[in-house]
Amino acid sequence: MRARLVLILVALIVISGCAGYDRVVLLPDKNLRSSALVVNSAQGEAVLDQPYKAADVYSTGRIETKELDPEAVNRQFGAALSAQPPRPTSFILYFIEGTNELTPESLPMLEQIKSELKQRAFPEIVIIGHTDSLGSPDYNDALSLSRAEAIRKIVQQAGISALSIDVAGRGSREKLIQTKEGVSEPLNRRVEISVR
Amino acid sequence: MKKLVFFISLALIFVLPALAAEEAGLIKVSRGMVSIERSGQKTAASAGMTVFVGDKIITGDDGSVGITLKDNTLLSAGPLSTIVLNQFAFNSSTLTGAIEASIKRGTLSVVSGKIAKNSPDAVKFHTPAAILGLRGTEFVIDAGSGEEK
Repeated sequence: MRARLVLILVALIVISGCAGYDRVVLLPDKNLRSSALVVNSAQGEAVLDQPYKAADVYSTGRIETKELDPEAVNRQFGAALSAQPPRPTSFILYFIEGTNELTPESLPMLEQIKSELKQRAFPEIVIIGHTDSLGSPDYNDALSLSRAEAIRKIVQQAGISALSIDVAGRGSREKLIQTKEGVSEPLNRRVEISVR
Repeated sequence: MKKLVFFISLALIFVLPALAAEEAGLIKVSRGMVSIERSGQKTAASAGMTVFVGDKIITGDDGSVGITLKDNTLLSAGPLSTIVLNQFAFNSSTLTGAIEASIKRGTLSVVSGKIAKNSPDAVKFHTPAAILGLRGTEFVIDAGSGEEK
């Protein structure tokens, strides 16, 4: 058994050592943010500012830049890329004024959110409630928390085995739409669900 | 001699909690042989396990692993890879912090998260031959010059 292990390790050195350089490839940003990588070595610097631009950095510090295509990236990095966890995402649900009841428009979204949450392994969920600026700060703190708790209950009853569910109410401090005090604003009466 | 041992033990009791590593993220995907080396101890890693600052994540020849950090950074490694999370700090109120990770060998894919967006200068990835800085980025690394250590 021990001999076999040693053999495998020797093979690894050959496999990983044979390339002799580190390769870095910039990928297209799925959220369409503009992105760039700065690659520094003992001998210089290269900037990767286009998708599929690659830098090969040798142990001497020499950097070679080149253009790869998606197929080449998949051949080399397919296993790493396919192990990527699902992207963190978030949802917003809206509420009827002064209540912790969802608006008729938001109700159907629940099913979509539940099925999205069910697809994830060990999801970590954060549920944050908000209000519009009608009412006192104390009232809004309580209402925002009660909205978040209502959604927590729904998520728990849906049989989603979340690793953690954090719940908080922020009152009207974090308005989606900026308003003066005492303004009824449907878009501010909401719960944000973030999952990662 | 006994006294010395006593004082060293006492010192450790006070120092160790301060050294207790911070939670950095969670293993979401684990296939084949994956292990974590933490304070010199190597244990098999599975999905649902917490990743701490200082952890070394190692995949076998059939292994791959996917990790979601608390700032939504996604790290995933292919077979025969060794990744060390040297540093991770994240303030969930200001959405700023710092990440430093090293890929000793193998392949790593990175989808940057909130820290890269808000404090890009505090995000560094090391390969055996290079240091990468980023600006809101998805990328992959093959540490081809690395050796098994």
